[in-house]
Amino acid sequence: MSRRLKTGGRLIDRDRPVEFTFDGKALRGYAGDTLASALLANGQRVMGRSFKYHRPRSVVAAGPEEPNALMEIGTGARFEPNQRATVQPLWEGLSARSQNAWPSLAFDVGRVNDLASRFLPAGFYYKTFMAPRPAWKHVFEPFIRKAAGLGSAPTEADADRYEFKYAFCDTLVVGGGIAGLTAALAAMRAGERVILVESRATLGGRAATDGAEIDGKAAEDWIKNAVEALEKSESVTLVARCEGSGVYDHGYVICTEDLTGFKADKSGPRERVWRIRAGRVIAATGAIERPLSFAGNDIPGVMLASAVRDYLLDYGVSPGERTVIVTNNDDAYRTAKALLEAGLRVPAILDVRPEVNSPIVRDIKDLGVKVHMGRGIARVHGNDAVTGVSVCLQAGDGAVMQEIRCDAVAMSGGWSPVVHLWSHCGGKLLWDAERAMFRPDPARPPTGADGEGFVKTAGAASGALTTAEVLADAAETVGGDAPSTAVVEEAPIRPVWVMPEGAGPKLRAKMWLDYQNDVKVSDVRLAAQEGFESVEHAKRYTTLGMATDQGKLSNINGLAVLADRLDRTIPEVGTTTFRPPYTPTTIGALAGEARGETFQPLRRTPMHDWAETHGAYWEPVGHWRRAYCFPRAGESHADAVSREVKNTREHLGMLDASTLGKLLVRGPDAGRFLDMLYTNMMSTLKPGRCRYGLMCDENGFLIDDGVVARIDEQTWLCHTTTGGADRIHGWMEDWLQCEWWDWKVHVVNLTEQFAQIAVVGPNARRVLEKLGGMDVSAEALPFMAWADGTLGGVDVRLYRISFSGELSYEIAVPASRGAALWSALMEAGADFDVMPYGTEALHIMRAEKGFIMIGDETDGTVVPQDLGLDWAISKKKDDYLGKRGQMRSEFHKPDRWKLVGLETLDGTALEDGAYAIGEGTNANGQTVVQGRVTSTYHSPTLDRGIAMGLVARGPERMGEVIRFTRIGQEPQEARIVSPVFFDPEGEKANV
Amino acid sequence: MSDISIEALPPVGMIALRGEMGSLGRAVEAVTDCAPPEQRMSTRSGDVTVMWMAPDEMLIVCDHGAAGALAQKLTAQLSDVFATVVEVSDARQVFDLTGADVEALLSKLMPVDFDRLGATEVRRTRMAQVPAALWRHSGGYHVMCFRSVAGYAMRLMEDARPVGG
Amino acid sequence: MLLLTCPNCGLTVEETELAPGGEAHLTRFGPASGDAEFEAYLFLRDNAKGVHFERWCHAYGCGKWFLAARDTATLQVFGTYSAQTKEPPAEILESIAKGRAT
Repeated sequence: MSRRLKTGGRLIDRDRPVEFTFDGKALRGYAGDTLASALLANGQRVMGRSFKYHRPRSVVAAGPEEPNALMEIGTGARFEPNQRATVQPLWEGLSARSQNAWPSLAFDVGRVNDLASRFLPAGFYYKTFMAPRPAWKHVFEPFIRKAAGLGSAPTEADADRYEFKYAFCDTLVVGGGIAGLTAALAAMRAGERVILVESRATLGGRAATDGAEIDGKAAEDWIKNAVEALEKSESVTLVARCEGSGVYDHGYVICTEDLTGFKADKSGPRERVWRIRAGRVIAATGAIERPLSFAGNDIPGVMLASAVRDYLLDYGVSPGERTVIVTNNDDAYRTAKALLEAGLRVPAILDVRPEVNSPIVRDIKDLGVKVHMGRGIARVHGNDAVTGVSVCLQAGDGAVMQEIRCDAVAMSGGWSPVVHLWSHCGGKLLWDAERAMFRPDPARPPTGADGEGFVKTAGAASGALTTAEVLADAAETVGGDAPSTAVVEEAPIRPVWVMPEGAGPKLRAKMWLDYQNDVKVSDVRLAAQEGFESVEHAKRYTTLGMATDQGKLSNINGLAVLADRLDRTIPEVGTTTFRPPYTPTTIGALAGEARGETFQPLRRTPMHDWAETHGAYWEPVGHWRRAYCFPRAGESHADAVSREVKNTREHLGMLDASTLGKLLVRGPDAGRFLDMLYTNMMSTLKPGRCRYGLMCDENGFLIDDGVVARIDEQTWLCHTTTGGADRIHGWMEDWLQCEWWDWKVHVVNLTEQFAQIAVVGPNARRVLEKLGGMDVSAEALPFMAWADGTLGGVDVRLYRISFSGELSYEIAVPASRGAALWSALMEAGADFDVMPYGTEALHIMRAEKGFIMIGDETDGTVVPQDLGLDWAISKKKDDYLGKRGQMRSEFHKPDRWKLVGLETLDGTALEDGAYAIGEGTNANGQTVVQGRVTSTYHSPTLDRGIAMGLVARGPERMGEVIRFTRIGQEPQEARIVSPVFFDPEGEKANV
Repeated sequence: MSDISIEALPPVGMIALRGEMGSLGRAVEAVTDCAPPEQRMSTRSGDVTVMWMAPDEMLIVCDHGAAGALAQKLTAQLSDVFATVVEVSDARQVFDLTGADVEALLSKLMPVDFDRLGATEVRRTRMAQVPAALWRHSGGYHVMCFRSVAGYAMRLMEDARPVGG
Repeated sequence: MLLLTCPNCGLTVEETELAPGGEAHLTRFGPASGDAEFEAYLFLRDNAKGVHFERWCHAYGCGKWFLAARDTATLQVFGTYSAQTKEPPAEILESIAKGRAT
């Protein structure tokens, strides 16, 4: 039984109790506790159940590597599953729930899986795929879905905000242990800009817990001084509770800082993602202790020896009253020492090494502890708690020599450097056989923009283990003197991958490698036997090292077992790839500020507010919001659109056209340049006149269209589509900068500078005349002409162009005057029955006139010739962008799909995107199609369905009736007609 | 709480200049008395600031009412070379940020190394997802973005105010 | 995420401030070209593992294009240079030779 000791615990504050709940039960811990230490303090050792067999599990570690103690934390909009209790600070009111245990932690129906474990071997999931389909659908999938899985998904939107922080430094140190502090101090003294991040709330790392003497001071005091020196420096930024999540190209590092996850007050952003550019990265990330593989090593009460020490010394919590220690190295003896000093019992130390005579072993023996050399654990006894161990010879097959009663086991299989940050960008590892670890190979670092290594490791992350080694390595890494400390002699480790060495299948089937995924020694051996020899394949097949902990505890042990089974060396098998993030990162943190209203930029025209107050129903057009229609009270959107179309055709409509691109193209070579960009001739356009033009890419496909106005001898104003403004501006600059850089042309994007208002309908001229200030008569301003002048006292540029077939003017005015002019026009237009109209009315009116729309009639595979726009393609020009592409034979096949109008026989509208059905089926048994609908509307003007579409040989087939698909219904019949449905002679605009 | 003030300024005069930098510099000096700015920097004389925007582009920032006349003078001054002068006073929104540690706010939104930002530098960059520019003034920073995204930019900066000092 | 220096304004900026433009030093083939030339211009790219000459636009900055010589496997950058050139300048080739030798 675990419990809180009467004294001790350097991180907790016994004067500040903290109330929390676990599975609904009210419990109490102290400020400074983690959820795991607080649960242990309350005697709550079982904290969850395993993924596959639902075995009861307790905490095995005290840090981020913890595979078992995963919790659901919080409720409602702050609910989060799969949180590691070992790194979750306790706060007042925290509510935690265990996972994977229905109906309760104590009684779990999934436990039956454990009894059936021989039917759930490695690759079980994959093997089910080979069964007949119905078996998967009705047996395996429902079973797996019910039984497996970690925490439940949140059901509410995350209540929290997150933020980024861009930061720059010469040296980024990740990890605030004594190695990181030494490195940061050296970089600071060298005059560098330094950032040091530490994932825990306090700096100092293991040295603060384990103690040592540095520069003649106790480790804790040395750490305090170092932190003070760093905090004092202007050039150093210290960030606690901030984890180095990932290292990316060219010194880019993502670090994740916890801002409110450790406290009850949740105001402000919850996490801050540091996006750091570092000249170099020092990974002082320490090392993780490895478990040992013996039968029953997952029973609650079996813990890493270092974790036992952490709970004792940092939190004043004892994992058990009688702790057996099993080890292959000297470090676990420190745990024995700590237990004894806390007044707890150590019935035995089982050391697999045949003979050891280092100082710490001698010390422990002198304290009267029984140390059994060459021994290991044959098996652990107990179900929900350790009750004892059977002792055997490590060199044997598990024959039991002795039984020892105990309620906890502290194990140490040696230490693995945390090499993740070194490896994320390609740093290579070497196998250090003497230390039994993969450690960074300094000769093969990850390289940066200059081709040199930009990540280094310091301290235990380099493979250094003793305090002296750690300090020396950190100083050498950064350049500087190492703090002084005593050299303590330690006996070498003896690698042990299976305990005992000759364990048979029965024992191997109870030796856990990966606790979280329930992968055992027997599973890895089976995977090897079934041919999954690559470590990456074995990982996927067995799920070893997958899920939230990514095998921080299990990888090395697993690949050693794989190597043994394959009769290869450990470095021959190698490790799986280390990928960021180091621990799971909140999705919200990665999104940063891009949530809710700032998910995307929202672009507003100068008339946006007017439209908002006049009931606009908005539609997104790129990042813009444009009014789709202006519904009146009780009116449907369709009714509103219909009214807007009719009113514009009969009286007067106004449209906010400000979103259209407006590009000024100017210079001695501007005409020549535009002749290259447009398919038709722009250099011959006379000043004062406008011309409709098409732009194609080099494939020949139509990419944009719009009206071009010639302003003066050297100046043109090119209108683009709304979506095309930035794209076409970029397109022009690209050609000018990268291909025709000696041409004298400037392009200035004036889209944001001007508001543009379309005044459309039979009364359009009258309302402009009422405002007054310039001659807007047909004589002074004929169709496709423009003029500068004033309207109602405002300087304007007036284009007489039409996208509706009506008498129409577009007025460009500096953006700051847009809203005022709009209001003046609305007011003046009241006498002429003016109404605003939205984008849907715009679309219908252009379709009634057979005008194409980029993105409707075009989709990146359509050339202008497909749309009957041959008239807008100059035959005189030797070259324009897309001309060569259009010369290809594909575009000259007689059965190209070409633009036509479509009229249903019954007057209904065709479905958007419907296909024209052809004769028979193709080689794949699919219906042959001969065309498709590109635009379809109910025309309020004609009171019938009208559509445009691309149909094979369409223009040659006028009058023919063809059939179109309709989802879930019989096909519709439609007649091929001219795409110009309304006013084919253009009389309405010509007034 | 943060004492940073974020103010959307009323429209200021702006003139875009394109052309060969030598010619632009001479014309600007003659008309505004501002020295030609060095790469990425700005110069100032009276109410007029001249900003280096690109190797063939400057931006003049002045009083909103003065832009038209200034643009005409520059056009005349540059009439015999290949250059473009366009008034763009309504295309952008300028914000004024003052108070303690404005950089802490802006560094949440812009990938800018403020330690390396020159005193007169005009840093063109992005603010979250939109193009933006910023430069120092005696009490803080000016931030500039396009007019249509001014609301988005304001909301970003409001949300990024440092919490708890 | 790459860090590149724009030779047009002198700033070293991160990839999010840039827009990529694919392979550099392509020759445009127009209406007088044959099918093979046109295909090569429009579609065929080296897609090198190793040294690559590529186009970048300083889209969130000065708005100008530049070219970069970069190793696509190691991400080593040998240099950036003007977009107004038909082939890599000598100092870039030198830097590549030097960088590849080490």
